[in-house]
Amino acid sequence: MSDTVLRIENLTLDLPSGADRAHAVHDLSFTLARGEVLCVVGESGSGKSMTASALMGLLPGAVTIGGGRAIFGGRDVLALPEAERRALRGAKIGMIFQEPMTALNPLMRIGDQISEVFEAHGLLTPTERRARALALIEEVGLPDPKKIIRAYPFQLSGGQRQRAMIAMALALEPEILIADEPTTALDVTTQAQILDLIAEIRQRHGMAVMFITHDFGVVAEIADRVIVMRHGEMVETGPAAEVLAAPKHDYTRRLLDAIPSNAVPRPDRVTAAPALEIRNLRKTYRTGGGWGRAAREVRAIDDVSLTIAKGEVLGLVGESGSGKSTLGRAVVRLVDPDSGRILVGGEDMAALDANALRRARRRVQMVFQDPYASLNPRARILRSISEGPVAQGVAKRDAEARARELLEVVGLGADAADRYPHEFSGGQRQRIGIARALAMDPDLIIADEAVSALDVSIQAQVLDLLRDLRARLGLSLLFITHDLRVAAQLCDRIAVMQKGRLVEIGPVDEVFLNPRDPYTRSLLDAVPGASWADGGSPARAEAI
Amino acid sequence: MAIATTVLGRLIKAAITLLAIVVLNFLLIHAAPGDPAAVMAGEAGAADEIFIAQLRERFGLDQPLYVQLWNYVGNIIQFDLGYSYRQGAPVFDLIMERLPATLLLTLTAFGISLLFGVAMGVAASARVGRAGDSVITGIALLFYATPLYWAALMAVLVFSVWLGWLPGFGYETVGGGFTGLSRALDILKHLILPATTLGLFFMAVYTRMTRASMLEVAQMDFVKTARAKGLPDRVIRRRHILRNALLPVVTLAGLQAGQLVGGAVLTETVFAWPGIGRLMFESLQARDYNTLLGVFLISAAMVILFNIVTDLVYRLIDPRIGATR
Repeated sequence: MSDTVLRIENLTLDLPSGADRAHAVHDLSFTLARGEVLCVVGESGSGKSMTASALMGLLPGAVTIGGGRAIFGGRDVLALPEAERRALRGAKIGMIFQEPMTALNPLMRIGDQISEVFEAHGLLTPTERRARALALIEEVGLPDPKKIIRAYPFQLSGGQRQRAMIAMALALEPEILIADEPTTALDVTTQAQILDLIAEIRQRHGMAVMFITHDFGVVAEIADRVIVMRHGEMVETGPAAEVLAAPKHDYTRRLLDAIPSNAVPRPDRVTAAPALEIRNLRKTYRTGGGWGRAAREVRAIDDVSLTIAKGEVLGLVGESGSGKSTLGRAVVRLVDPDSGRILVGGEDMAALDANALRRARRRVQMVFQDPYASLNPRARILRSISEGPVAQGVAKRDAEARARELLEVVGLGADAADRYPHEFSGGQRQRIGIARALAMDPDLIIADEAVSALDVSIQAQVLDLLRDLRARLGLSLLFITHDLRVAAQLCDRIAVMQKGRLVEIGPVDEVFLNPRDPYTRSLLDAVPGASWADGGSPARAEAI
Repeated sequence: MAIATTVLGRLIKAAITLLAIVVLNFLLIHAAPGDPAAVMAGEAGAADEIFIAQLRERFGLDQPLYVQLWNYVGNIIQFDLGYSYRQGAPVFDLIMERLPATLLLTLTAFGISLLFGVAMGVAASARVGRAGDSVITGIALLFYATPLYWAALMAVLVFSVWLGWLPGFGYETVGGGFTGLSRALDILKHLILPATTLGLFFMAVYTRMTRASMLEVAQMDFVKTARAKGLPDRVIRRRHILRNALLPVVTLAGLQAGQLVGGAVLTETVFAWPGIGRLMFESLQARDYNTLLGVFLISAAMVILFNIVTDLVYRLIDPRIGATR
């Protein structure tokens, strides 16, 4: 290829001794052509982000380059002295990161952070830099550039921050744009917009894009070519259409299969007595105010009523800020609702005093999003699982025996009980979280984005576990998620929330195949790779 | 303006707090046994009942407690802190006479500790894990652990007695007759030892805190973003890391600033520095109620004032605070 801008040859990155494997990346070779979008796909720990860091010269101190070359502009960038690498960064190779919330300096104005790119490379006068920053803000589609240039990051939404990041990466028209999971932390509709923006910029500036992702939906949306990585090695590469339609490697096939399919199961209509009834629940947050100014009101839960039958799984979907997590927290009274009733087994959780609430909390248990942060790092698993029942008055010996039993149930084995959280992977920790919830013998489990932080194949396993537990134990589940496909996989009914209101609720097949509310429709349209999944595989006839 | 209303609100709350402090202090002091009339009479050598009663009547000490309190609060509102019977001067004048010396000492110490503490913390964080880091954290630990009075005595011994570089006590050379610039220089010479000694502890605290905070911020995502822009390391350190790392240091500096008036008793005593701290100590020994109350009040007012200042500084460096959008 004559248009090759980057050629990686036999790149090997060494991990420090004592790591779980010798190389972060092993013998990786690929090329990147002008104007092409190359997706590097893999699960966490596959080495995809390390490859990007190596190109940028931003490897963490412990990781070293073990061999290989990265030819860019006729030179091996890996061998350049630091000063020259710095000159490349931002100017020839731009990068955007995963977390728009933390990737911007909270104390600096957006305009200054963009102008800084020119300053870093000694270009333009301050006035010119400002004018360019303004133009860039406009180009990435941020509203009211004159206001944005003076805004601080906290005044912007996640999607807007990601646009500002893209503006910075674009500032010096780099030849290569590296995007490291740039849409993973965003809502589906925002994600769709950012993907459009990246595709558009690629077109306009003709830059090569190395797009790192774990999401094959995103790949289908944006990629020209794909590299699939696993344990630091490339297992498959090819044009995106080919890899998606006919994966050659077994691992790629497994990854594709693990994606929650778009086939919507016909749910069993559950008609048992309700495990949870929510009636006219309201919660309004007020901020600011006082000294004669009007307070700002956010209606997090706006007159929501719904019912979950015993043994039923209700999916609660919506974008961030829709109030879905607040609703989940209100049910266990981590958030106190303003008005309304929350009936669990006939008892109104919303009306209980502190003592009664402490006893009643057993009935509803939560599984949280972040498996790393939701377990006490200094406590053995046994204690984490058994302390709830013990606090409720169960004898310690019985509680511990039950904890070991439950660890078997969730597929970890009883000996996991004597280990500490850091010894487990994310998926395993989520299993522990589920065992912890089950230990209380609850009437209802609330899973708040419980699989969102997990890799697809792990996600599939945890979903299998939940499905299995539901069949075996008749679990009632409120499954809160932003991921519509995951919801389709597991839930009997779907409730869609927007800005605190319940806009649609119904059996999963009806909501997905026949959405009545325009908001539900727009959510479904924004799912990346929807069209690919639609026509891609005939086995998924009943697709979204 | 949001800032103006905030300041106004804080000032009103501050006034209420101050009033509560006045009442509390007054009651506490009067709860202690013995009254000033008895002390004065004792020192005058004529301790008969009639003389003491006369003294009490003259100073209003025979009035019921609530009347005394009412008079006291009423006077304070007019900036009248009462009269020191011991020193034979209005308390307000006594305090104003001593305040400049104390503020000079404590503000210098504050400046020294903040400046050098942050500088040492930044230097240590830039050399983390290497020899320079160990030397700086070692020095900081030493300062942190050394008792103030011991450090003060050693400083006098070494720099004043052995080396003879700097004067070991006093505010200026007595009978030196210096004026203008030469007087300022003379005071500066006297200032160096007490100010440095007083600043050592907080300097160590700032060093440790800045270092830890810098290292923590250096791990954050936006620092990686700054690297990806191709910024040189020193710019990243100054503009991105240091500014964010200073936030906890400001909190602590606000705490230290609250002690600017009352926190130098020991140093002022060792170095014979004619400041508020010594005034307080002397008044305490002499049961000089009015003076004590006055010093308490000024100290409390300073704590409250610097709390407000700290909050304002916080707003200046962190745009997220106080934003209602």
